Amino acid sequence: MADKQYRNQMTDNTCKIHVTNLKKNFGGLEVLKDISLDVTEGEVVVLLGPSGSGKSTLLRCLNQLETATSGRIIIDGHDVTDRHTDINKVRENIGMVFQHFNLFNHLTVMENMTLAPVHLKVASKEQAKQTAVQLLQRVGLEDKSEAYPSQLSGGQKQRVAIARALAMKPDIMLFDEPTSALDPEMVGEVLAVMKELARDGMTMVVVTHEIGFAREVADRVIFMEGGYIVEEGSPEELILHPREPRTIDFLSKVL
Amino acid sequence: MISILETYGAMLFTALGKTLLMTLLSLIFAMVIGMIFGLMNVGHNRVFNFIGTFYVDAVRGVPLIVLAYFIYFGVPAGIQGIGFSNFRLDALQAGTIALSMNCGAYMAEIIRAGIESVDRGQMEAGRSLGLPYGTCMALIVVPQAVRTMIPSIINQFIITLKDTSILSVIGFPELTNVGKTIVGNTFRSLETWAIIGVMYMVVIVTLSKAAKWVERRVNRGR
Repeated sequence: MADKQYRNQMTDNTCKIHVTNLKKNFGGLEVLKDISLDVTEGEVVVLLGPSGSGKSTLLRCLNQLETATSGRIIIDGHDVTDRHTDINKVRENIGMVFQHFNLFNHLTVMENMTLAPVHLKVASKEQAKQTAVQLLQRVGLEDKSEAYPSQLSGGQKQRVAIARALAMKPDIMLFDEPTSALDPEMVGEVLAVMKELARDGMTMVVVTHEIGFAREVADRVIFMEGGYIVEEGSPEELILHPREPRTIDFLSKVL
Repeated sequence: MISILETYGAMLFTALGKTLLMTLLSLIFAMVIGMIFGLMNVGHNRVFNFIGTFYVDAVRGVPLIVLAYFIYFGVPAGIQGIGFSNFRLDALQAGTIALSMNCGAYMAEIIRAGIESVDRGQMEAGRSLGLPYGTCMALIVVPQAVRTMIPSIINQFIITLKDTSILSVIGFPELTNVGKTIVGNTFRSLETWAIIGVMYMVVIVTLSKAAKWVERRVNRGR
């Protein structure tokens, strides 16, 4: 029965991410207890929850920066929890944006953006440069292609990081608290880029504390606590009319 | 002092050349050894970690002079004992092996520490783009680690140069060994050792100034 359901999900090509009974332990600590989650193509899912609830760990399991302890994760029909899956190939299709940007500090913005596409032969050097220029225009940083990361502000770094991920032409984008390390006046410029991406139909999973972004952009909001999904629904339902006491309690603190 | 320089000047400079030759050879081999064992200690493979740690602990736990005796006298004796009666190591070979092993252990630690000083997020960002571990190491982590490693490598370079003097005990005619010969012939310790001390000092100070210059150049592009 479970197997049949699983196969159905595999053949359903609008399902981009399919997670079943995911568990993750760090030593004796259970961080994710039993997570099941589906994300369809073009959907924007926002994960909310207090720190330590497992949202970032869940996100990092999706591209296997953390290996799952048990359970299954299917991305675009590829079982990433299966040892025989070529994880690097799957990752080419999943962009990730980190809280601390993680730009390659020894490389210019242009080199940051062309390193992976050229090395993985996704594009020729010329093509990769062209794509990079277009993407930099899109995030409003076309004049920064020869700058080093240390010469950019936090908001600029994060926009470059988004552009770098997009340079691989991924189907899915993961955002791990992309605005948490930014000065308040720079949050808006990064969220604006993300909104545009959502409008263009990118499949996105976003861990954030920006409730406003969730309300405006998310198709679905998931509230996590203690390694479980407590409640999920449309932004309307979950943010304005939460049912679970723990969700109500959390929202009363952050709103 | 002048008479010593007149009589033994050529000999002293030849000896200095041999000192530099041994230092250079040892550093090249030590870099390779350090890379191998240093990288073994960086990953999370337990077997590699064990081998890397074992090498570093074993070599650092033995004084260089004992290591030199072991390789110069002990190893050939052992190999001759199992039937290869013509096996020999000359003083340059044995000395270079001992110094490379010794310097390699310290180099492994410098390389490990340098790589670990690079933020974990750099590797994660590379992996998230689909780049394999080795590629991320080579193109992203190591180039950034090298910058932090340069001062320690310079320091190790100087230590290795000075450590060649220990290898005078196995008869390699480097500077210190030649110094002993000159003193044995002339009984003029004060002048001889003063000259030799100055020769080491000039080379080392020059090298460290040059290295500082390189360090500044490398850091300029940040």
